[in-house]
Amino acid sequence: MQMRSSLGKVRGLGSTKSGVVHWWAQRITAVALVPLSIWFVIAAIGLVGADYGTFQDWISLHGNLVLLIAFTAVLFHHAQLGLQVVIEDYIHGEALKVASIVAVKFVAAMCTISIIFAALRVAFAG
Amino acid sequence: MATAKEPRKRPLSPHLQIYRPQITSVLSITHRLTGIGLAVGALFLTYWLSSAGYGPEAFETAQAVLASWFGRLVLLGFTFCLYFHLANGIRHLAWDAGWGFELPTLRLTGWLVVIVAAIATVVTFAVGYSMRGGY
Repeated sequence: MQMRSSLGKVRGLGSTKSGVVHWWAQRITAVALVPLSIWFVIAAIGLVGADYGTFQDWISLHGNLVLLIAFTAVLFHHAQLGLQVVIEDYIHGEALKVASIVAVKFVAAMCTISIIFAALRVAFAG
Repeated sequence: MATAKEPRKRPLSPHLQIYRPQITSVLSITHRLTGIGLAVGALFLTYWLSSAGYGPEAFETAQAVLASWFGRLVLLGFTFCLYFHLANGIRHLAWDAGWGFELPTLRLTGWLVVIVAAIATVVTFAVGYSMRGGY
């Protein structure tokens, strides 16, 4: 049954634009980040004060490379979803709100690409 | 013709600063604040790992920046944010599954989150320092 009014649909109003998708993605990424972030902290402790060669040896291990890429992708997706909610709660001007959300998504995507590319470059150079 | 009238003065609910802070409300806003903190931490993570893509010199500069007293202080903050957000995030997932809404349970799990985050932060730094010879 369609509960939304025609006017509401045309204006793109209402809470069900894609609310459930966002909520669910936030939970799934949260669940994935429980083991991934614990793995990352343990790995990061092992890399305290490491020189480039040590870091290269570490990231050249297949498991480390895969987990780091997974951690990075999930982390920035989760962060971006969370910051979107914060922006929606506190910024009320529509233009600034949309611009801020888009900016956060762009930065998150660029950071993800940067880390993955650096990780692959170092691992494959070793 | 009806003219726009001044809105009737209605009683306002008490402002936020009038409420006595409670473990539930304090942890709720702390979850959000640590989440924002961790988003900033993710930028540091990007700097650290991307530096490796530029070669040994850039990576070792980044390692030195993170090992400085300021770098360690920032990492200490991020570490606490991570453990708090992780522990309280698990608490949130339990709520999503419908568990833990009774007030005594809420208070217990709330304090548990604070204690776990504090202990885990101390242990992490203790292990980190012991592996570096304690300087």
